[in-house]
Amino acid sequence: MSTSLDIRLKRADKVYREEENITGVIAITTASDLKHDGITLTVEGCVNLQLSSKNVGIIDAFYNSVKPIQLIGVTCEVSGSSRLPAGTTEIPFEVPLKPRANRVLYETYHGVYINISYAIRCDVKRSFLSKDLQKSQQFLVQYWPGRNPGPPPHIKDTNRSVPFKLSPTTLAAGGAGAPDFLLRGQLDGICCSVNRPFTGHVILEKCAAPVRSIELQLVRVETCGCAEGYAREATEIQNIQIGDGDIPTNVDIPIYMVFPRLFTCPTLITTNFKIEFEVNLVIVFHDDHLVTNNFPLILVRE
Amino acid sequence: MSNAYNIEWKTSTNDTLSAKTKELVGTKTSDHPLKTTTVTERIPRRILGSQPSTGRTTPVSSPSALLEPLSTALEGVDPLTAFAIEEMDPLSKLAAEETDSRSNSDKKSDQRVEVDSWGAKKAAILSKYTTSEKISIVTSFLSDGEKVVVKAQSTAVDKIQHRLEQLDCIDEGSQTKLDLSQTEYVNRIEQLNRELVSAWNSEQRVKSLKIAIQCAKLLADTSVLRFYPSKFVLITDILDVFGQLVYNRLSTKTDSHKLGSKLAKLPEDFTPDMVSDSAKETCLNWFYKIASIRELVPRLYVEMALMKSYYFLSLSECQDALRRLTHMISGIGNPLVAVYARCYLCRVGSSLSNRIKNKQYLLQNFHRFLQSYQHLFSRSVKGELTQQKMSLSVYMSLFTPALDYMLQTVTLDSSDFLLDDLLERCRVHGNSSLILNTIMSAFKPTLISIRTLQFLEMIEHCLDQGIPLHSLLRTLGLCVSVAPPPFEHRRQILNIAWRHIASLKDVEEYIACAEPWVLYVVKYFSHREINTILGDIIEHIAPDRSYEQYYNQLKYIVENIVHNIQDFEALLVMDNFLPLIDLFQEESARVEVCKKILIGSNISVHVVNDPVVVNALMFLCSTLHDSVNALTPDDEYRQIGDILCHVIKVIDYGRDFEQQLTFYVEARGMFSNIDIVFVQLVQCVNALSVKTRQIVKGAHTRKTGDFVRACAAYCFITIPSIKSVKHRLRLYLLSGQVALFNQCLGQADACFKAGVSTISEIQSEKAQFPEAELVPYVKQFLSILLVVPDNPDCSVLNLTRSMLNVLQGYSWDNTASLISIYLSVIDMLSVMAQEWYPYHIDKVESNDSLYGSDKKFIAEINKICSVVISELMSKLQALGPCTKQSSFAVELFVKVAVRNELTNQLLVLALNLWNLAVKDGSLDKRYLIRTKDYLKHKSSSNNTRLQEIVEKME
Repeated sequence: MSTSLDIRLKRADKVYREEENITGVIAITTASDLKHDGITLTVEGCVNLQLSSKNVGIIDAFYNSVKPIQLIGVTCEVSGSSRLPAGTTEIPFEVPLKPRANRVLYETYHGVYINISYAIRCDVKRSFLSKDLQKSQQFLVQYWPGRNPGPPPHIKDTNRSVPFKLSPTTLAAGGAGAPDFLLRGQLDGICCSVNRPFTGHVILEKCAAPVRSIELQLVRVETCGCAEGYAREATEIQNIQIGDGDIPTNVDIPIYMVFPRLFTCPTLITTNFKIEFEVNLVIVFHDDHLVTNNFPLILVRE
Repeated sequence: MSNAYNIEWKTSTNDTLSAKTKELVGTKTSDHPLKTTTVTERIPRRILGSQPSTGRTTPVSSPSALLEPLSTALEGVDPLTAFAIEEMDPLSKLAAEETDSRSNSDKKSDQRVEVDSWGAKKAAILSKYTTSEKISIVTSFLSDGEKVVVKAQSTAVDKIQHRLEQLDCIDEGSQTKLDLSQTEYVNRIEQLNRELVSAWNSEQRVKSLKIAIQCAKLLADTSVLRFYPSKFVLITDILDVFGQLVYNRLSTKTDSHKLGSKLAKLPEDFTPDMVSDSAKETCLNWFYKIASIRELVPRLYVEMALMKSYYFLSLSECQDALRRLTHMISGIGNPLVAVYARCYLCRVGSSLSNRIKNKQYLLQNFHRFLQSYQHLFSRSVKGELTQQKMSLSVYMSLFTPALDYMLQTVTLDSSDFLLDDLLERCRVHGNSSLILNTIMSAFKPTLISIRTLQFLEMIEHCLDQGIPLHSLLRTLGLCVSVAPPPFEHRRQILNIAWRHIASLKDVEEYIACAEPWVLYVVKYFSHREINTILGDIIEHIAPDRSYEQYYNQLKYIVENIVHNIQDFEALLVMDNFLPLIDLFQEESARVEVCKKILIGSNISVHVVNDPVVVNALMFLCSTLHDSVNALTPDDEYRQIGDILCHVIKVIDYGRDFEQQLTFYVEARGMFSNIDIVFVQLVQCVNALSVKTRQIVKGAHTRKTGDFVRACAAYCFITIPSIKSVKHRLRLYLLSGQVALFNQCLGQADACFKAGVSTISEIQSEKAQFPEAELVPYVKQFLSILLVVPDNPDCSVLNLTRSMLNVLQGYSWDNTASLISIYLSVIDMLSVMAQEWYPYHIDKVESNDSLYGSDKKFIAEINKICSVVISELMSKLQALGPCTKQSSFAVELFVKVAVRNELTNQLLVLALNLWNLAVKDGSLDKRYLIRTKDYLKHKSSSNNTRLQEIVEKME
């Protein structure tokens, strides 16, 4: 490994916002003089959509995957063909982060069917006989706080706490098999900031059978539109236990969950795809009987 | 050889002592060379990395600097903690020491209290909560051969995903469930600890996190309830290590990044803006990672372990987290698991006490516990108890270590108000015994004892089956025995409490309760009450010989009494005290108790002469003495000897000397096994004898004369029983001196004779009395012999002759010793020939007045001198030319020149000696010059012979 190429971004967390400049250095370490035919820097970002095999045939899923939506694609030349001396050469760079026309820079998100990712790539072209050098470095994009693209219209009135009450009578299935119980609780809001924890509390007022566990299940709902209609898929991101074992009655138990980075982003609704989130409150009784209550969430960046 | 030097010695009898009779002026000294230097100034030790030290940095080499390392090593860690640290394995020891040293460097005393109290508790918990049942452990790290999956990780996302997969994989992966005994279990946990640290050091941080999570997960399992507190201690140690590793890593990451050089360390109270971005990012990553741990208990514990690292992010985060976790613990259904989680939270919180000013969370934790108190009696707990066949009271006792610690952290700066508030809450919960017990052991005893009556009332009304009555009474007893309750309540308290204690049927419960309460009685009540209580104790434990199992507790009781009683004598005459001692039937326990009593008595007793007390003391002493046998260790033997000696010194009949002597005679009969006691007795009798003489001012009446002779006789017949030759020698000399002082010539003579013959005995035991000691001893002996009058029944100078015979017959390792003794003999004999000896013993006629410088006597002396000097010459020659020889030669030269009337023969001898000495050249020149000057000065007074010598000296 006589030569190596590295891109070092200035920010340790690699998070950038629209219109900010991505700054950093290209570091090339070489044992001997390096002749090259030009160095270029490319900033790329795109949305990758994939259809679930449940909705379309497995072959379709393979072929019909929707074309990626490119959000940004900028290439600039750092240097023409020249010669680099032996040792480490550091070339500082600065690239403005601007979307392509009619596009919005969505937040970085990694899901099952939808991926939004950004990368900065450096290419060192070399003569016919030697291999080209290439290095790609991922970076993250976040919205400016409060500047979410197209927040859902009903955001204003969902910023309040949401009380709820669960008992066999309130169950959709009519409560068959569930023991006699009463669970009260409250969510501090269903319009949440992704960088702040999801909070609230529950109180088990009575319960005939011991509880085994109370859990919060964070679920992403991804919708991809395509020629044949759309596909909606709900998958679990994480499951957090908030009550373990036979919890005491009439004691408030906090609901507290940190939204994982990368796997969550502000709720995103576009013409081609949608990314939404939900929380399930799951009560598992001692006989493995499950009671689930679903709360749709709206995530924003504040 | 002696023929070669046939020298005629003629002792000069004039003016030789002129120099000696001159009065010397004494000057008082203010210092002693052997006295230890006192430290007047302490130089502060410099602690690296703590506050900038402005003081001196290089300690001057003074005694204080020498002492400092030792004293600082002892500082900070009390013996218990140190012991606990010792018991830990090396890794956690390192970590603990690290935390210790960190806490040492900051001077906050409350933190030190924290460290100490937890350290002590830890050891106590580990020794108390043990089990013989099988404990199951579920783990994937202990079975060997874990596959380390290393994938090519191209992107950051991949990496994170991979890590999360790894996290998941331990949930379902290759886990094994093992059933282990307690020791195996402890070993496994230690193994996990090592595993964690080695994973960390080999950069496998995810693996060490997984191990930490797995450890924390073990704390959710209460399948062996009795072992749970110990398990908690073991596992939180690992978590502490983990937290410290993360913290250290983050702080070094910041150090090298922002502060440039590697030496610059992050200060203890850094702020987030001093932290580098990358450290912050790493820290944030840690917290994101642990926030996604699925299960509640491990998530809480790992977050608590990393609590300290919140300071890399912001100053307020830690405080918020403490409050949040306080609430979140309510989600743990098992009350035991929950209370220990709270305990860990309080511990973590108080280890950060220098940064967290708001201590509200501590109290909140306790209140939260009270809030769910009824949960202790819930169906699931009952189910668990029946399954494990455990009674509710035992179950409740499992809570005490955690609760005690929690409340102690609360009460560090507590108020009366808080106590009243808690008592009120306790009343609401039906005077819960558990809460009551915790309150009593956590609050300062002074606060408890002023409310003793209130507590007693609450204890009486305690409804639940939790902590039993005797434990509660015991806890209360510990409080009142430390801090006095109000005076007007004391008797009432005792009456109520003892009524309950006396009604306890089980002996074990009874004795555990009685132990602290006896201390209370001893401290605040008179002998009558103590006597009654002791009677009650005997009554309770005497039946069926049940006391045999409770020697330890009884020992504590006796010890407490002895240490706290004002009037020790009154204790000994108490009706029920000696019967209590009688209960110790087992030899070793009995001896130990006697020892404790007698050592305890050292403090309070000055002079004892009451016959009953003396009897009691003698009874205790003889118990001790009788325990000594051939197998007794040396140390024990010495200790018992010291105790007995002390008692003998303490017993004093004042001016009733006869009685005193009788006592000594009795003591000799009783304590025949221990050498040192005999030595003490002989010393005491000699002291008594001297005291008698002082009272009669030397003029003995018939009665006192008989008495001192009896004393001398006592010594004379006691000394031979002493095994140690060294002591025998010294005591013979001393007793002889005392006898002489008391004009008991015959006894003195006998003592000296015995002393002389003992010298020949020591040849076989030279190690005990080396020649280096023997030489001064003999010289001292000689100086006494000067004034000892000759025994008319024997020949002239009988003692001196026999002494010389013994010396000659003695096999000397080193001829120099003998030579130096012979030189002294010459001195002594020359003085003996004087008309008037330089010192006398009052009312004893020495040889000077007996013989009045009789010609025959002088001739006798000269004869001996001649023999000695020829011996001396032959020894000197045998020594061969060396520095020693020449220095002896000078000495002998001076003696020859000064001590005798120089005949021609001796003049030649003297000059030869001088030349021999000068020729060698290794002697101090100035000394030789001074010697010459002295002789010149001396010869000026018409001593022609001497002048002749001086002239011939070079």
